[in-house]
Amino acid sequence: MSEPVLTISGLNVDYGTGADAVYALRDIDLTLHRGEVLGLAGESGSGKSTLAYAVTRLLSPPGVITGGQVHYHQRDGRALDLLALSAAELRAFRWQELSIVFQGAMNSLNPVYTVHNQLTDVLQAHRPEMKKADRTARARELLSLVGISPDRLGAYPHQLSGGMRQRVMIAMALALEPEIVIMDEPTTALDVVMQRQILRQLVRLREELGFSVVFITHDISLLIEFSDRIAIMYGGRIVEQAGASEIYRDPRHPYSAGLLHSFPALHGPRRELSGIPGSPPHLSSMPSGCAFHPRCAKKVEGCDTHVPVLAAPDADGSRSVACWLHHEAPAPAARA
Amino acid sequence: MSEESENNHIVLEARGVTKHFAVRRNARDLVARTRRTVHAVDDASLELRRGTVTALVGESGSGKSTVARLLAQLYPLTSGEIHLNGQPVKAGRGRSFRSYVRRVQLIFQDPFASLNPVHTVRYHLTRSLKIHDRAGNGEAELEQNLTALLNRVQLTPPHQYLDKFPHELSGGQRQRVAIARALGADPQVLLADEPVSMLDVSIRLGVLNLLKDLKDRLHLAILYITHDIASARYFADTTLVMYAGRIVEGGDSETVTQRPAHPYTQLLIASAPHPDRSGAEEEPEENGTGEPPSLIDPPAGCRFHPRCPQAMERCRTELPPRFDLADGQWAACWLYDGTGTARTDDHQKEAAK
Repeated sequence: MSEPVLTISGLNVDYGTGADAVYALRDIDLTLHRGEVLGLAGESGSGKSTLAYAVTRLLSPPGVITGGQVHYHQRDGRALDLLALSAAELRAFRWQELSIVFQGAMNSLNPVYTVHNQLTDVLQAHRPEMKKADRTARARELLSLVGISPDRLGAYPHQLSGGMRQRVMIAMALALEPEIVIMDEPTTALDVVMQRQILRQLVRLREELGFSVVFITHDISLLIEFSDRIAIMYGGRIVEQAGASEIYRDPRHPYSAGLLHSFPALHGPRRELSGIPGSPPHLSSMPSGCAFHPRCAKKVEGCDTHVPVLAAPDADGSRSVACWLHHEAPAPAARA
Repeated sequence: MSEESENNHIVLEARGVTKHFAVRRNARDLVARTRRTVHAVDDASLELRRGTVTALVGESGSGKSTVARLLAQLYPLTSGEIHLNGQPVKAGRGRSFRSYVRRVQLIFQDPFASLNPVHTVRYHLTRSLKIHDRAGNGEAELEQNLTALLNRVQLTPPHQYLDKFPHELSGGQRQRVAIARALGADPQVLLADEPVSMLDVSIRLGVLNLLKDLKDRLHLAILYITHDIASARYFADTTLVMYAGRIVEGGDSETVTQRPAHPYTQLLIASAPHPDRSGAEEEPEENGTGEPPSLIDPPAGCRFHPRCPQAMERCRTELPPRFDLADGQWAACWLYDGTGTARTDDHQKEAAK
């Protein structure tokens, strides 16, 4: 595996403070390697978007980062502590090193500015020395990169279709050739045909430009196809982390298995599927112990009292799972 | 066997249903005296049979929700007919609409919006029962009916849910309440417009399995509208595929998903996420790019021709009729001219124009 580009360790995020605080993220340990596509799967309320916002320091109140570290590893080997950056450093860091495509990105364009205006704005802010003609040339280049004809540079967002607006957002995220692109449900608002076109393009661009992608979605079947590694979140914690094909062939956490069985297959035998009984927990009433235990068919003694630790189930250590089925019986030292 | 034949009985049928919406005219239209319309649905024919699920699959903007609303008589038709139990119906407002609604109920996509936040589950269900004269005599019977409804949608124990407000329920539970409310009318037909797409993935199948169970036990005819063709394969007996306001292919769900005939259905299936493809690096060949056309000025001929990799000269000018293929499958595509026999239905007249 290549060198890490982003390491998150022990990250905790609360919503609210004091007695009203609810835990949105607990003990998140995650590493993004250079050039890889890391999928982050989970249902609503699992904390996947909160994680993206916390890492980029975009979390708005009442969200508070209460602990943990996020380090960005530069090409020269130096590590940058993202949680300690000043406002000015943060401004320089964002978009230059790490960019983000938001959920419902097609509605994030400013309706009263042309695409040209919005694409060159990024360049103007980060590369003030660039000449106007160069900026325009770069904007044209970016548009053709994502498969839009450069003649559309003068168009306003309402003159573009949803898929094209989404591509413009992706072009904007790639404008400064960042090392990391975070995509928060980039294609959920789009139809499957457009979704595949955009994702295929993204995979191609990644091969050309060599950036890393964090891909956040609830659609695990899409992740299995497009990502190298997958982390599955439930109730604010990562419950399983493994290579995409490992998750697909051999999910270890009962929740991962349940999620995989929630998508009917288009090919192969028609099976009776069941989904997962119950519904995802609310942040304000998180179950004790393993957050999944009320819905879990395989729960054992201790699941309702002890939080399982995310650790490797076998000796090789390439994957990790937080489930008592794969670890020693609940130890009293389990992290609460 | 009698149940089998009873299950084939057509409850609700749309014949050549068309809906055009007028576009608000701007200054240029006023000067040019043009009246533009959105061709939301053109010449849609479908049959909903007792005890079967029919899926209508399409992208957003393909007109699939409009079909549901037309079948629910929420919009007047531009042309075409709707038949309920073999009788043509044209529900207006008031009494005739209500008696229609008693037999055809609609479930909406968003259970967060379709329940009134200031009323309890009890209120929603009581209203449905009372409006459709099924509340029974007296408190005790009403209570019994309410409990039966909640049991039927697997919200058990019912007394735990009756006095809850929508905000106290999860998305899946809300959708179950919406289904219970529809069942309060004791309908023959359930029109489900994307009933699970707003729900969390892990609970979607629970709701689909519930609808399947209702179909089997109450012999409902269900129209399942979705953009997810894999769930149509899982849940529906028959699948229809809609593109840009027209139904382009239909047939048994297994046949349509495993051996799609229309190039659009093939594109749709090739685009669906497919975990088995990972690693193997065999990308499907580019089979059609671009986007659905504007429905204000839809392309002449086959509406898919600008994106179709197999488009022929004829596709640009002539509207393909339905061609019957094997096993009850049909496709509106010129590729099958000659291999099947063209139907000369009345509603293909437009094709000649």
